[in-house]
Amino acid sequence: MDAAAIHLSRLPGEILAIQLTGKWQLGQKVPSADNVRDELRNRPTVKSIVFNTDALSFWDSSILTFLVEIMKLAVKEGISFEKDGLPSGVQQLIDLATAVPKKEDASKSVVHEPFFSKVGSETIHFINSAGELIAFIGETFVAFGRMINGKARFLTSDLWQLIQETGAQAVPIVSLISFLVGLILAFVGILQLGLFGAQVYVADLVSIAMVRQMGAIMTGIIMAGRTGAAYAAQLGTMQVNEEIDALETLAIPPMEFLVLPRMLALTLMMPFLAVYADLMGILGGALVAGLYNISLTVYLNRVIAALNLYHLFIGLFMSFVFGVLVSLSGCLRGMQCGRSASEVGDAATSAVVTGIVAIIVATAVITIICNILGI
Amino acid sequence: MDKTKAHITISDLTMAYGDFVVMRDLNFTINRSDIFIIMGGSGCGKSTLMRHMVGLKSPAKGKVLYGDVSFWDADPEEKDHLKRRFGILYQSGALWSSMTLEENVALPLSQNTTLSENEIRAQVGLKLSLVGLSGFEGFYPSEISGGMRKRAGLARAMALDPEVLFFDEPSAGLDPLSAKRLDELILQLRDSLGATVVIVTHELASIFAIGSNSVFLDPETRTMLAAGDPNTLLRENHDPRIQTFLRRGETGETQVTDSKADAGHPKPDNFRT
Ligand SMILES: Nc1ncnc2c1ncn2[C@@H]1O[C@H](COP(=O)(O)OP(=O)(O)OP(=O)(O)O)[C@@H](O)[C@H]1O
Ligand SMILES: [Mg+2]
Repeated sequence: MDAAAIHLSRLPGEILAIQLTGKWQLGQKVPSADNVRDELRNRPTVKSIVFNTDALSFWDSSILTFLVEIMKLAVKEGISFEKDGLPSGVQQLIDLATAVPKKEDASKSVVHEPFFSKVGSETIHFINSAGELIAFIGETFVAFGRMINGKARFLTSDLWQLIQETGAQAVPIVSLISFLVGLILAFVGILQLGLFGAQVYVADLVSIAMVRQMGAIMTGIIMAGRTGAAYAAQLGTMQVNEEIDALETLAIPPMEFLVLPRMLALTLMMPFLAVYADLMGILGGALVAGLYNISLTVYLNRVIAALNLYHLFIGLFMSFVFGVLVSLSGCLRGMQCGRSASEVGDAATSAVVTGIVAIIVATAVITIICNILGI
Repeated sequence: MDKTKAHITISDLTMAYGDFVVMRDLNFTINRSDIFIIMGGSGCGKSTLMRHMVGLKSPAKGKVLYGDVSFWDADPEEKDHLKRRFGILYQSGALWSSMTLEENVALPLSQNTTLSENEIRAQVGLKLSLVGLSGFEGFYPSEISGGMRKRAGLARAMALDPEVLFFDEPSAGLDPLSAKRLDELILQLRDSLGATVVIVTHELASIFAIGSNSVFLDPETRTMLAAGDPNTLLRENHDPRIQTFLRRGETGETQVTDSKADAGHPKPDNFRT
């Protein structure tokens, strides 16, 4: 098998002759343009480059990349590039490849940014995105106001469908997770309380923790991963397909038609799911208590004694806030989505991250406020 | 309104994405009941121009006037009012993928009119049959072919009997017969509804068959080279760029002859990719 090779020679009149021989095939080893570059550097007087391909037995795109590289080199050095000696197919393809000049003014090229300018542009980006967030919240309020006036334009059938998707269909996963969380809390609690012989108070621990915080937090996080991501992906895909443009040009505001029912569905369903999660968690605790010989009656009596309405209301309030936050971040990221498949993925990821961060921050704030208020 | 009056006026329009100017200094007028063709090479900004006309992208400079109303300076209600009189067929179809074809065509009607459900159903049936899709009411966009999606998009664009119809490459992805039928349909729509039609297209056949006015965008100079009836442009405009485009490159001296001269070259032509 004759391998691809080049032979450089000098012809009179400052001409560099390049002889291409052998079989030029992608995936095989082919010479690189560096040899030619070195040659030109060593002899800067060269005025033109010619080719000889008599011994060339086979070629494909590999030869083109090689030649285009040399051609660029030649243009840069002001050397004339004579393609006459090349196969006609190669000549045509080179013409095609160089026919449309590279679009320069669009300036997509990655320039190395100095550190401070990077910090600056990141800051500006951050301020802009904060502005977008506030604008989005504002638009949501406007849409909500129009709904209260009965003027918002969305399909009730869409709303029911979304309620079913975010509510009923989330029950299995919420059951599993909150049952296990209740179980874990009970195990940890019963071991510690056992040291003081106060095992029975595990019912207080589990019920207050679940109802006040964990029920809402766990459903919030589940819904961020489940529904927040789904919202972002749905809206993002609609953005990619110009479906949102199609709504806008029909004077149907996407904020009302798409965002409003999604936010309503999740915000309405979240408190229900949270209460359900509370019950499942308490049930999980009961199972562990049973294993440690605390009877169900005793456990339930302790639960009833421990809980008061404050706990329930704080839990419900938190779940409502989480519903707003999760659906807001899902819809925001979806509506901001660009026009490619990878941006849909980014939107979904970012919706989950934003949702979870928002949940944790909101929990901290609410807990601190409750502490100050002493409830 | 006056039938011969200018319907859409583009005045001094500059379009840009950020710092990247797509086209500048566009000036032309579209009369009522024109079939107006936007032509130019791929990537020169035809779809972008259309996005400016239908209210999806605001101009960097200049105005889009409907009658005497400047679209981008109008207040939101006025904008909505104008938008309701548009029918738009997007380059990708842009059907709502979570809805059936029937629901797709029905949505503009249910949202923007006070028709009863039965009337809407009748309208939807009619519009789908106009584009040869009756019987597909219950199909989702993902269950039909690309060309069918295009036709369904057309049915949706016609749903509100619009005053202005915008088509972005309507015949791309259609077989020649359907493309011709589409041209006829466009003519009929114009004649029966008195609609003004704005079409982005490369199909020379349709350009000459139905176009009554046009604008030619040139990506090199970033502006329009000419406006007017495409048939007149073909006969009377001597700009080589326009002639090359309208004659499918056949007056262009360079490329075509080159490749013929090389045809007999003896070198190996075993090029594979
Ligand atoms: N969202 C965007 N951001 C930045 N630049 C864009 C964007 N959309 C389009 N462009 C640029 O604007 C120019 C015009 O695009 P446009 O889609 O209007 O072309 P077109 O004439 O419709 O082409 P085609 O006939 O291929 O559909 C292109 O050079 C494109 O790179
Ligand atoms: Mg386009």
